[in-house]
Amino acid sequence: MKTTLKSALAGAAALLVAGAAHAATLDDIKKAGVLKCGINTGLPGFAYTDDNGKWTGFDVAYCRALSAAVFGDPDKVKYVNLTGKNRFPALASGEIDVLSRNTTWTFSRDVDLGFTFLGVSYYDGQGFIGRKALGIKSAKELDGASVCIQTGTTTELNLADFFRVNKIKYEPVPIETNEEARKAYVAERCDVYTTDASGLAATKTTFAKPDAHMVFPEIISKEPLGPLVRQGDDQWADIARWTLNALINAEEYGVTAANVDKLAAKAGDNPEINRMLGTEGSLGAMLGLRKTWAVDAIKAEGNYAEIFERYLGTKTPLGLSRGLNALYTNGGILYAPPMR
Amino acid sequence: MTARPFHRSQAEMLPERAAPVTTAGVVGWLRANLFSSWANTAFTLIALYLLWLIVPAIADWAYFNADTAGDDRFACKSSGACWAWVDQRIGQFLYGFYAPDQTWRVDLAVVLLIPALAPLLFEGVPFARQLRWFSLAYPVVATFLLVGGIGLEGIPTDKFGGFMLNLTVGLAGIVLSLPIGILLALGRRSRLPIIRILCVGFIEIVRGVPLITLLFVSNIILPIFLPPDVTVDSLIRVIVMVTAFASAYMAEVIRGGLQAIPRGQYEAAQALGLRYWQSMVLIILPQALKISIPGIVNTFIGLFKDTTLVIIIGLFDILGIGNAMVSNPDWLGLATEAYVFIAFFFFIACFSMSRYSIHLEKRLDTERRD
Repeated sequence: MKTTLKSALAGAAALLVAGAAHAATLDDIKKAGVLKCGINTGLPGFAYTDDNGKWTGFDVAYCRALSAAVFGDPDKVKYVNLTGKNRFPALASGEIDVLSRNTTWTFSRDVDLGFTFLGVSYYDGQGFIGRKALGIKSAKELDGASVCIQTGTTTELNLADFFRVNKIKYEPVPIETNEEARKAYVAERCDVYTTDASGLAATKTTFAKPDAHMVFPEIISKEPLGPLVRQGDDQWADIARWTLNALINAEEYGVTAANVDKLAAKAGDNPEINRMLGTEGSLGAMLGLRKTWAVDAIKAEGNYAEIFERYLGTKTPLGLSRGLNALYTNGGILYAPPMR
Repeated sequence: MTARPFHRSQAEMLPERAAPVTTAGVVGWLRANLFSSWANTAFTLIALYLLWLIVPAIADWAYFNADTAGDDRFACKSSGACWAWVDQRIGQFLYGFYAPDQTWRVDLAVVLLIPALAPLLFEGVPFARQLRWFSLAYPVVATFLLVGGIGLEGIPTDKFGGFMLNLTVGLAGIVLSLPIGILLALGRRSRLPIIRILCVGFIEIVRGVPLITLLFVSNIILPIFLPPDVTVDSLIRVIVMVTAFASAYMAEVIRGGLQAIPRGQYEAAQALGLRYWQSMVLIILPQALKISIPGIVNTFIGLFKDTTLVIIIGLFDILGIGNAMVSNPDWLGLATEAYVFIAFFFFIACFSMSRYSIHLEKRLDTERRD
């Protein structure tokens, strides 16, 4: 009796695993005619609704590029909005095909949860914002300061680590949501406020006098954000990974949404561009896609630089500079493997 | 003691005089309600002072110092609220992602709700008998209008959003959970063990789990057990879970009402030779439901507010729409305005339910009081 139950359970578990990681994601997507892309329920610059009720933003742009690579049409995306809590179960259960939701690439998520991270689309890190009137220039001078902090996040743990390593004391002001933390900081319930640097920049623009505040130079944690897929379907992971790489490489080679059609019309002088845009070699066929997969992906929202500048860059209300996210040729660490 | 003149009768009626100024009119009301004792007077003055502190500040923020025009938050220069987004976003707050040229269908469904509900809620509605047939057909009509089908452009339910989603889920939950709750309550008191155990099991399991967990299970766990090509529409999943949750609470509220009915009523019904369903429908339930009205409406209001939890499974009710809006770099940091705006909608809905419950209690009040 015991063995029967055991083997039945094992069989059921095997079925579940097989069901969750059914291999041909690409075929399923093509059959459904729509790419199910998991995004945030609302994060400034990364995923938000425009005035017409359309989802837009940095993370959304990746979904559109991926849809264009698969279908040749950036609009064949069904957005599934996910919270921090249900994003991983949604991906594991097949509710979505790819998760593009400012998710930090960590060891345990990659290895233990059974996901495959595809690369880094945004290098973030935890920083501090404080009033200039405090008269300090560095986070290391924050001895005895009160710090507004979202509870239950990695930011809370990073904060404790930072202050312990630097042997300084702080007084945490625990807050539930980002918006509350912003309000508490404005109401001077804390001296400084800490969260991811991209969030700090966004928050700073909402203050009545943004110039009275400064973001300290220290970044106390690594938060490499990027898209991820389920483990177990390498073909789909390759497609999603190389779509991201194509956007980054496009910036490096100067391929933009405006000139991509002209460059793809016939083979040019740069073999790297030719291979990417399908005028030379057969990269598309290797992925199981069309020749023009990368052309369509770049046409969707432009190359990495264009996407960054449109949603996060210095001309947007968020006003983020490229920083770490500049190409390695421009002093950043953005570096995509060659298209060969 | 001096003898006073004693009149046996008065020749004519004395003219009517107004009541003393201290007991009638505004002054009388004030004296009776606000200044009847020293303690009352003190509390009245303190309350007035607090109102004087709070109300002008709120009015300044919300109205006098507020900005109402502009394309983004940078257009709001004054110190008060920034309502500039309302103009552009009101459609999303009401209809979510529903196709803008089709929103007349939502409007029509809401307008038709009035003749559908009126004969059920109020007495003395003209053509009540005919309208009740319409009430019965309304769920079908409304579903056709909202989802589309024959002749109407189909709108997938994941485009439903905003306050319309709250109303859809809330009304469906309210309409379904009352009959299911009544059946569960009767089942829990049944003498047939299987029915009793099933009902107790359902009530205790569903009531013992948070609604968030139920929604989460319906969204994440269910697809793992279903065959890959079987998908259940997420709006239907929400309505099923919200209904199940509210029904379990409803069953306990109504069981409370059933237990308050004196045993004599049950026995009297049996003595009249009524069968089980006859005695329930004709004798017991009318009395039990009447005394359960506050609890029932309480559950309805709770259910309606719980509809904001649909964000868990990626549907955007009015609160989710608000949060998505304040993530737009153009409208960053306007959460207070968005929440006040949303709270207004919920207050109207919940307050009307509460007033209707009071109206119903008064109408059904047949108890003798001395």
